[in-house]
Amino acid sequence: MAEVLVLVDHVDGQVKKVTTELLTAARRIGEPAAVWIGDGAESGKGALAEYGAEKVYVAPAELGDYVVAPKAELLAKLAQDKGAAAILVSATAENKEIAGRTAVKLGSGVLTDVVDVNAEVVAEHSVFGGATITHARVRTGVPVVAVRPNSVPAEAASGAAAEEAVSVEVSEAAKTAKVVERVAEEQGERPELTEAAIVVSGGRGVGSDDFSVVENLADSLGAAVGASRAAVDSGWYPNQFQVGQTGKTVSPNLYVALGISGAIQHRAGMQTAKNIVAVNKDPEAPIFELADFGVVGDLHTVAPQLTEEIKKRK
Amino acid sequence: MNIVVLVKQVPDTATERKLNADDKTLDRAASDGVINELDEYAIEEALLLKEKHGGEVTILTMGPEKATESIRKALSMGADKAVFVNDDALHGSDALQTAYALAQALGTIEYDVVVLGSESTDARTGVVGAALAEYLGLPQLTFARKVDIDGSTIRIQRQTDYGYDVVEAQLPAVVSVVEKINEPRYPSFKLIMQAKKKPVDKKSAADAGIDTGRVGLANAATETVDFAAAPPRAAGTVVKDEGDGGAKIADFLVEKKFV
Ligand SMILES: Cc1cc2nc3c(=O)[nH]c(=O)nc-3n(C[C@H](O)[C@H](O)[C@H](O)COP(=O)(O)OP(=O)(O)OC[C@H]3O[C@@H](n4cnc5c(N)ncnc54)[C@H](O)[C@@H]3O)c2cc1C
Ligand SMILES: Cc1cc2nc3c(=O)[nH]c(=O)nc-3n(C[C@H](O)[C@H](O)[C@H](O)COP(=O)(O)OP(=O)(O)OC[C@H]3O[C@@H](n4cnc5c(N)ncnc54)[C@H](O)[C@@H]3O)c2cc1C
Repeated sequence: MAEVLVLVDHVDGQVKKVTTELLTAARRIGEPAAVWIGDGAESGKGALAEYGAEKVYVAPAELGDYVVAPKAELLAKLAQDKGAAAILVSATAENKEIAGRTAVKLGSGVLTDVVDVNAEVVAEHSVFGGATITHARVRTGVPVVAVRPNSVPAEAASGAAAEEAVSVEVSEAAKTAKVVERVAEEQGERPELTEAAIVVSGGRGVGSDDFSVVENLADSLGAAVGASRAAVDSGWYPNQFQVGQTGKTVSPNLYVALGISGAIQHRAGMQTAKNIVAVNKDPEAPIFELADFGVVGDLHTVAPQLTEEIKKRK
Repeated sequence: MNIVVLVKQVPDTATERKLNADDKTLDRAASDGVINELDEYAIEEALLLKEKHGGEVTILTMGPEKATESIRKALSMGADKAVFVNDDALHGSDALQTAYALAQALGTIEYDVVVLGSESTDARTGVVGAALAEYLGLPQLTFARKVDIDGSTIRIQRQTDYGYDVVEAQLPAVVSVVEKINEPRYPSFKLIMQAKKKPVDKKSAADAGIDTGRVGLANAATETVDFAAAPPRAAGTVVKDEGDGGAKIADFLVEKKFV
């Protein structure tokens, strides 16, 4: 069976959930081979084995010293050396760029933001703010596919996770954009927005930069916090938490929208959520068309009550 | 400093967007065309760079005839001239073919910096900037929320999940922008009038150095197999808050095993 390369997302030696989802999808196509760039493979290897990785290729952290290009050189070389059937990455901004450059090198094609992929590497897309479903494939070369987090349910299966050190002679052309500093901005303890199983978002209805009504509910559910553009533009919540067409795309199991009207551009970022709950004081708000459960009311009374109820019932 | 801004015309997201039944490409006639929102930020950044460092701002657009409207709009924001690559052979090009074609067209223009949006609102692949840098062999300075140029050195803040990376390179370079970078200006009446007289250099694929055997639907490495309207979501339950709205949601969450 041909290998399917899976680019591993990891933080501090911990494998991110999306990687276990990608390994699950990779097993449909062939034999999953994880590609770990950077340190920490020793501690993360166990999780890869649990989700069926037969191999773990470990490449040096220095590939990250330059923007994207060296990682694409590594993936393209591995795909050729190992005769890979496909390359899967998570659909983050940087990984999509890696996918694009890798596909250019391989003379193949790239499919981005897919929500499902089958054994023949036919990928499903949800486009136009969720209004249309398309299926697409790559008909030339090794398909490079970027899969949205929370799209393919992870299923355990044991793999050998045989480690092999790999590297690539990084070309001069790939060393032209040098990362000279990495700056971490305040993240807090909450799960990362695009990875979270539950997202609680606040919109203009929150009414001020006091987002605690949203944050408290999120914390009671172990959820990430998101915001509509109206809330971000008002300066109530930082830009990196914006959900929607020009923000992050999330696909959680549960999305809670507080004081968000449900504009098409907001929906573009959350419509593939499995369950949607909305609180809005306007019964005509379009968000209710999507909601599995909705309450017409003031979020400043409904959300705190919900937070208390969750704490009580846990 | 000569700057080229890549501007894509996209269907207005406020209107209904459709695919063509016959060749499964975007039905560009079905909706109003507007400048891709992030490309307005790219134009603004180019204008700011010009104000600081001098030079000319050229708009580069590839698209159908209709895209002329968006080119005029871009010129009315203050760009100096435009190159419009317009050829039926380009119809149905995928993201990598688009990057290839734009790279070839850039070969016919003099520039120090190429500025583009980090993502379009229609296809949303977000790969054109990276693929363009790959084709051109130029530094990839994408997802920029701040740009500084000092002599031949360019520095950006590249937005990341954890904050940002400071990235440095030598010109020429490819820069894509995120919306945090600036606030696009509105065209003034005077500029709108002037824009009508600004030169638009229309090029066929061949004029732009594009090999027509590499672009278009027939030569794309990707293929749309089928498409359909998404099944409507099953109608949910909406209740009015009678003082127990929070508790009712909690019931729902318990039933769905979130609590
Ligand atoms: C090109 C483009 C890109 C865009 N990208 C995005 C994007 O990425 N993300 C995004 O979110 N938007 C985006 N937008 C903006 C989008 O069109 C909407 O303007 C935005 O989503 C509105 O945010 P909102 O729902 O918070 O605000 P509003 O539409 O003003 O809705 C606020 C809602 O809160 C309700 N409300 C008010 N007070 C209360 C209360 N006390 N209790 C309960 N409910 C209350 C109101 O009834 C109303 O429904 C984009 C727009 C454009 C043109
Ligand atoms: C619903 C849908 C889904 C698609 N999915 C895929 C896919 O998975 N894989 C694939 O290869 N193709 C896909 N395509 C085709 C792809 O959209 C087009 O090739 C498109 O021209 C380039 O991709 P983009 O808009 O996503 O670029 P992005 O990378 O999102 O755009 C970034 C920037 O590139 C610049 N730019 C892009 N196009 C042009 C242009 N024509 N002229 C000037 N500047 C431009 C703009 O500055 C823009 O802001 C899809 C198309 C549609 C309609």
